[in-house]
Amino acid sequence: MGVLVARRLLQSVVVILGVTLISFIALHAGGDPTYLFVSERATAEEIALVRQALGFDRPLHVQYLSFAADLARGDFGTSLSYRQPALDIVLGAFPATIELAVFAFVLAIALAVPLGVVAALNRGTAVDGSITILGLLGQSIPNFWMGIMLILFFGLYLRWFPISGHVPFLLPLLNGDLATAIGNLPRTIYFLVMPGIAVATYSLARNTRLVRSSMLEVLGQDYVRTARAKGLDERVVIVQHALRNAWLPVVTMIGLEFGFLLGGVVVTETVFSYPGIGRLLFNAINQRDIPLVQAGVILLAGNFILLNTAVDLLYARLDPRVALARRR
Amino acid sequence: MRAVRRDARHLWRSLLAAKWPVLALVILGVVALVAAFGPWLAPFDPARQSIASRLAEPLTTGQGATHWLGSDVLGRDVLSRLLHGARVSLLVGLAAIAVGGVIGVVAGLLAGYFGGWVDDVMMRLADMQLAFPFILLAIMFLVVLGPGLGNLILVLGIGQWVTYARIVRAETLSLREKEFVEAARALGDGTASILFRTILPNIVAPLTVIASFNVASVILTEAALSFLGLGVPPSVPTWGSMLAESRDTLLANKWWLAVFPGLAIMLTVLSFNILGDWLRDALDPRLRDRA
Repeated sequence: MGVLVARRLLQSVVVILGVTLISFIALHAGGDPTYLFVSERATAEEIALVRQALGFDRPLHVQYLSFAADLARGDFGTSLSYRQPALDIVLGAFPATIELAVFAFVLAIALAVPLGVVAALNRGTAVDGSITILGLLGQSIPNFWMGIMLILFFGLYLRWFPISGHVPFLLPLLNGDLATAIGNLPRTIYFLVMPGIAVATYSLARNTRLVRSSMLEVLGQDYVRTARAKGLDERVVIVQHALRNAWLPVVTMIGLEFGFLLGGVVVTETVFSYPGIGRLLFNAINQRDIPLVQAGVILLAGNFILLNTAVDLLYARLDPRVALARRR
Repeated sequence: MRAVRRDARHLWRSLLAAKWPVLALVILGVVALVAAFGPWLAPFDPARQSIASRLAEPLTTGQGATHWLGSDVLGRDVLSRLLHGARVSLLVGLAAIAVGGVIGVVAGLLAGYFGGWVDDVMMRLADMQLAFPFILLAIMFLVVLGPGLGNLILVLGIGQWVTYARIVRAETLSLREKEFVEAARALGDGTASILFRTILPNIVAPLTVIASFNVASVILTEAALSFLGLGVPPSVPTWGSMLAESRDTLLANKWWLAVFPGLAIMLTVLSFNILGDWLRDALDPRLRDRA
């Protein structure tokens, strides 16, 4: 176990270094990055000055080392549009994004399991057919378009849900204000419903199909037949014997799933004017605020990597077979 | 090559027995025709602005022709823009698959056939790329490189190579020990010939399946990037950028600007997904767990 932990941690350090290398390469992919930091009307002297100030006149390997060292100290540079440290701005938007991702994540898992089971138990019927078709549809709808359609129908036409905005829950919680956090929670969820559904659609569809097919496989196994032959209640057979094994493929995907949702959040937040990292990135992209884009992307990626590492280690603890399989 | 022909015959027979894949193929055929001939089918010039027919509702007649799907803020015809957008979506999707497929197939063949450090380097690179969401990588590069068809195809293509490399590597690993590969080696065939003429034809089936799902996901990603303003330059209409523009008129309930481009994306992606499902079941049921 100790070896496994050490190896997995070392792996994630290497990957995080890889991410910094990739973002460094990206910064230089278009030639001299100085031009990304000056206005179009800048004179040659101004450009030279900025180049020197930002250190772009140094050899590339020196630049990368100092870039990586800065990142390690938490210095992601100064945002061009906010004139503040990029990291602070991104961290400020982080709690809202976490709320959205967690909500969508819960939705994607909590609905996928019953839907998949129902489809499998009614194999070949109209119920199964509709769930299968909905699953295919869900995997084919761009999440931001799903958001726009929800806004049009449930927001503007039926007026059931707010079409934009956010009530913070994590932020007061992090500040130690438990009463405000709990008082906010119902409204937090109310505002999260539509963006949450939009973000969750793809994962929900994919997980439903996954649960359905693995449930079908499990239902044909001998131990399910044995359980039925013993005269066990059908509900016990399904929940305790079949489902426990059938949702393993979903469980093994959980880490990746969350990262996938974080990616979807980036675009969907823009649709709902949701004040998280996604909208921040969108604005930074439009203003070509490079340090802010880099800080946002690196932080999201770093988060994803750490989360995956944690989930992997957790599995290895829960299920020794996973530890063996992951080694391959 | 016999492997490819056998697969094709098998496909044809199972296509005749199915319904959904036929519908999907018909839809994709229409999209392909539109992508090829869109500019001649379009009732209006997609870039022509007209103050007189701003935000016309669907089925309104204006300037001598009908705006079947309405017009946008600048009076540009939605249908004409959709028809032109098909070209970008399909082109980007297929070209990105070609780029990613070629890189991935070569990498996978080399890694699987030679093993050793070649394999290690390729697979660690692949792991690293899979270690964080691809859209973040795409954002990072496109912000610096700037929007453009070439950049978009390149970045999306590089995003896909891992999928191909992994499948091809796994298949190559098992194929390289087979008798017919041994035979080719014994006959003195060069390495390149063994890789591309003996091994590759036997991997075409799983590759076709992966490619079909892949086009679907690339079109979705392209739409998302266009929506973020990182797609092709604004002068070219795309389904993603039409959706981005529709946000400004959403509150005024100009639903047709948001509904039709999204439907176009959904139908295309759905068709590729249905096609992928069917190809997988027909060609290679083992992929069920991997795709």
